[in-house]
Amino acid sequence: MFRLVPRKEPNRAMLYATPFLAVALTIVAGFLLFGALGKDPLHALFLIFLKPLTDFNSLAEMLVKATPLVLIATGLAIGFRAGVWNIGAEGQFTIGAITGGSVALAAYPDGGPLLLPLMAVAGALGGMAWAAIPAFLRTRFNASEILVSLMLVYVATLLLSFLVHGALRDPEGFNFPESRLFQEDAHVPALIPDTRAHIGFLVALFAVAAAYVYLERLILGFQVKVLGQAPRAARFAGYSEKRIVWTCFMISGALAGVAGLFEAAGPVGQLVPSLPVGYGFTAIIVAFLGRLHPVGILFAGLLMALTYIGGETAQIEMSLPSATTSVFQGMLLFFLLATDVLVNFRVARTAKPLATPSGAAPKLKPAE
Amino acid sequence: MDLVLNILLGVVVAATPLVFASIGELVAEKSGVLNLGVEGMMIIGAVAAFAATVGSGSYIVGILVGALAGATMAFLFGALTLTLMSNQVACGLALTLFGLGLSALIGQAYSGISLPQFPRVDIPLLTDIPFIGPLVFGQDALVYLSFALVAGVGWFLTRTRAGLILRAVGENHEAAHGIGYPVVAIRYLAVMFGGACAGLGGAYLSLVQTPLWVEKMSAGRGWIALALVVFASWRPLRALGGAYLFGGITILQLHSQALGLKIDAQILSMLPYLATIVVLVVISRDRMKMKLNAPSCLGKVFYATS
Repeated sequence: MFRLVPRKEPNRAMLYATPFLAVALTIVAGFLLFGALGKDPLHALFLIFLKPLTDFNSLAEMLVKATPLVLIATGLAIGFRAGVWNIGAEGQFTIGAITGGSVALAAYPDGGPLLLPLMAVAGALGGMAWAAIPAFLRTRFNASEILVSLMLVYVATLLLSFLVHGALRDPEGFNFPESRLFQEDAHVPALIPDTRAHIGFLVALFAVAAAYVYLERLILGFQVKVLGQAPRAARFAGYSEKRIVWTCFMISGALAGVAGLFEAAGPVGQLVPSLPVGYGFTAIIVAFLGRLHPVGILFAGLLMALTYIGGETAQIEMSLPSATTSVFQGMLLFFLLATDVLVNFRVARTAKPLATPSGAAPKLKPAE
Repeated sequence: MDLVLNILLGVVVAATPLVFASIGELVAEKSGVLNLGVEGMMIIGAVAAFAATVGSGSYIVGILVGALAGATMAFLFGALTLTLMSNQVACGLALTLFGLGLSALIGQAYSGISLPQFPRVDIPLLTDIPFIGPLVFGQDALVYLSFALVAGVGWFLTRTRAGLILRAVGENHEAAHGIGYPVVAIRYLAVMFGGACAGLGGAYLSLVQTPLWVEKMSAGRGWIALALVVFASWRPLRALGGAYLFGGITILQLHSQALGLKIDAQILSMLPYLATIVVLVVISRDRMKMKLNAPSCLGKVFYATS
């Protein structure tokens, strides 16, 4: 038999190795899953993980999907480090799209170079406002930010649907529940010509760099880490929990809001009820896969985007169910959390009393 | 009178899945484990129950498979958090994300199929009593089971030795371990009971409430059930009351037009979620009381040092 023995300090090698181990295990599990579905597993895995890398357009699409994932996950990771669980990023994403998109619709048909920056600011503020609700209720009334932020996802989705059915509906749209297509100046400029990859990805890169500096170089970032790892120590040191909760929610809310605006003003180009497609939830997986570290999140976001693109190709070519991608992503998070144990524990063979005379004495069970 | 009766019958149907899910989670939390994956276990229960009923033609098989599927998901959660000592919040989220994906994958073959109306109990004479009859003696069997579960859990937690041990594990796992109780095994059982209950709640959704399979049909009910446990201050009877309160809010939105309210459908659909937030705020406001009510070891990782 084996048992787990705690390590004196977290193993750094394992810290970096477990995400790769988790990906490897997911591929093995995927192999079995495809086999069970009666599809050729090798071909499916090739389509998901390798094919997109060989095709220029798919690489550009990867950047499209990675943009919201990296933006949101970067914000979430800061909170997760502090033990502040904002799991409602999907809602903040939706509200950011609404507020940012409303600026474009209000200005319609006018444009100008200032329009897009204004929309981005409005999106960030919208996301922050939505994130302020759980932050306020947690700091003022002690209400669980997990449940409040999650409930607000449903409210935000319904609000978007309500608005595109009413106030924001395209007046010339034959009563379809959609807003107008945004005017030219309200579209996020392309990063690579003739693809959907947009400059939002550069903003995501900037967010990654800023988060790195914040966590590694600034005092408040340090406080965030201490609160997460040793809440009592943080209290003794006099760090304000309230302030940290607020900071985490404001950062993650702003980034999720901007991500929502980029989605509306980028690949989608208007407000539609189906705008929130789950990036806010997938970003949670991205944050963990990236070890809650900004640079790690960048790579994890790209990998997750790869599974989206490859998953779509596999769905079309092999007529796989559309839920395959989310099953893959769910499994990945499971394996990651499971292998995480190796960071803080090592696996040891249970010592047998007679076999190890000189080794550690077998632990006695407490008397009953 | 008919409208009132219809509303009340609707409340029961809306509340029952919440009763199942919250009473199960309550037991798991009493043992000190915070399983945020209720939504995931519920949706897997829903799809498994539906598939098994369609496949076997028997509701009983379907319900059992639903409960079993929920328990299996909970076992997975237990393996991660209890054996591998992973973070309970993160694993609960993972369980929900995984459950939503897997249920969609399984359910794809079953979309568009519908089941006949789930049978209601019919006791001659008693069920024929006007108003009271259909309400008290004419529900489906699962409704009675949900009430029995609440009573059973209440009795188990407060009146039996095993219940006392379960609570001890949740209040102070070090001490319980020191006395010699198998903390991890007890928690596995509690978590799997919670999973089975969530699976039953899901089965109720897909067999009785709609009765067909729709992707993401749990629509946040698992999360509402989690909030109900807090609302109930970890007391079974209060969880039952809370579930019926939420059932009432859900039905209010369906009948609002008949009652002459002119509010948009989307705004009305927000009600249960907004109500959850309000309820959480009201109940959590008193920090001291929350601390006293919540199991002390809730969400904490246990490692047996000796």
